[in-house]
Amino acid sequence: MLVKGPAWVFGDNINTDLMCPNVALKAPADERKQYVFRANRPGWTEQVKEGDVIVAGTNFGTGSGRPAPQLLRELGIAAIVAESVNGLFFRNSVNFALPVMECPGIMAATSEGDILDIDLDSGIVVNTVTGSQLRGMPMPSFLQDIIASGGLLQSLLRQGLLVAAPREASAAGW
Amino acid sequence: MIEKILARGSGQDHVTPGDIVICEVDKAIQIDGPFNLTEPVPSKVWDPDRIAVVLDHAVPAPSIADADGQRAARQFAAQHGISKFYDIGNHGIVHQVVLEEGLAVPGQILTCTDSHTCASGAVNCAARGLGRLEMLQVLCTGKTWYRVCPTIRYELVGQLPPGAYGKDVFLTIAGRYGEHSNKNVEFGGPGLAALRLDDRSTIATMFAEVSAEFTTFPADQLVLDFLSDRCREPFEPVTSDADASYADVRQVDLATVVPYVAKPDYVPHNTLPVTELEEIRIDQAFVGSCANGKLEDIRIAAQVVRGKKVHPGVRFLVTPASQKVYLQAVRLGYVEALVEAGAVVTNSTCGACFGYHMGVVGAGETCVTSSTRNFKGRMGSPEARVFMASSATVAASAIAGRIVDPRPFLQA
Repeated sequence: MLVKGPAWVFGDNINTDLMCPNVALKAPADERKQYVFRANRPGWTEQVKEGDVIVAGTNFGTGSGRPAPQLLRELGIAAIVAESVNGLFFRNSVNFALPVMECPGIMAATSEGDILDIDLDSGIVVNTVTGSQLRGMPMPSFLQDIIASGGLLQSLLRQGLLVAAPREASAAGW
Repeated sequence: MIEKILARGSGQDHVTPGDIVICEVDKAIQIDGPFNLTEPVPSKVWDPDRIAVVLDHAVPAPSIADADGQRAARQFAAQHGISKFYDIGNHGIVHQVVLEEGLAVPGQILTCTDSHTCASGAVNCAARGLGRLEMLQVLCTGKTWYRVCPTIRYELVGQLPPGAYGKDVFLTIAGRYGEHSNKNVEFGGPGLAALRLDDRSTIATMFAEVSAEFTTFPADQLVLDFLSDRCREPFEPVTSDADASYADVRQVDLATVVPYVAKPDYVPHNTLPVTELEEIRIDQAFVGSCANGKLEDIRIAAQVVRGKKVHPGVRFLVTPASQKVYLQAVRLGYVEALVEAGAVVTNSTCGACFGYHMGVVGAGETCVTSSTRNFKGRMGSPEARVFMASSATVAASAIAGRIVDPRPFLQA
């Protein structure tokens, strides 16, 4: 799987409460994405575009199992490349169809706006502006399959394992 | 230790770091949050006897959305014949309930829709949090995947001095070594013998905050005694081999641990001894959560404040981690001492820890908490500051009106 897009650069320890704060947990599902990074980067949700990628430092996604990757996906983020990634966030990202890769050295190699070429099969990330090339952690094919199928929910639906929720829910929750 | 559990779960003789394994899960614990959603639900669950539902994050319901979700949870439990259903009145914070009820079992694999599921590592259980979609998969199939990561071993020696607790051990390690992503953590060594189960569980819980994968302790006599009157199934603990290979082995002398504080926003490399912190005045102090709402935390808080008054202008909130903890705290007089001092003892819930209900902090306020997270905006306004410390430090700070060393408050 290949992803190409311009990078937004974030620092270390970017946590899930910054992505999906408590006010977002209470908001209707279609209004949640406006709260992403409001505390640390106000205005970002108006600037980000479909196909953009996030580059970040260590311990990206530290925190909870709340649906933070879902909101990033809804904002158009096409991939995340970070120095290191929290394991729960990694799993959640795959399940919400958001490619994520660990790639030591990516912070030093990336300035905001650089266009990155990300190959999930090989783990190779090319900065098309500077020409630099790094090798991150390739994503196993069975996880790429979940992403390609539109996420784990779609995959479970296709397997016939799920049925519609039995009531009119109010759509807040996590 | 963890490699043995994952090998067992995946039906293999052994696994090695770098492997990805598909494991059969022994227990799946669902919480209230996911029930609020309109998303599809399992048509059939894989094994109702290995599933539990615990309502904890938003109980009793602070909103109609939460009330509707909890109605859906009750329907789900009834429809699928899930008898391990911990409804309001019989509730508690999920990781405390799982330990109290003997659902966390040595040598087993446990999943739950919450990041602090690693708490059960205190009883030799391979426990980690999953997101809600992955939990759907587990509820339907009883299976999920794990990446086998290298393990860091913490070799404990010595014994904690008065005034230092599991929280301080964790904050010391987090300050010294930083994050642990893609690493498992195991504890061992002669220092374990004198380390209380509460402290072990606090430590296991808190390793989520440095992004460890699995955190496990051995099932020593303390663990076996704890389980003897609550675990109703046979189990087979795992032990670490003498020649096991580790990514690193780090010795921690418990005798040198002192009261520690995490500064706001993140944990790795962001902690220091409370005696080195500048003067921090506080508006709110909170003792609670899966990490530190245990009976021992309530006891310590009561001991610190007994016969004193919470500082004017400070709100001191105490949340017992379960109904059972609450009842014991009442019977032992801890609640009385706390309320007399001016503390607010709340219902058992995750509420204040994640800024959802009961104890939200406002812009410009400062909170010191013994709960799990100090993230910006975690407990309310993103303009608030959250410092994190042991329950003793929090209680002492509630009396002093600023973050202080608890040790003088613990002397009778």
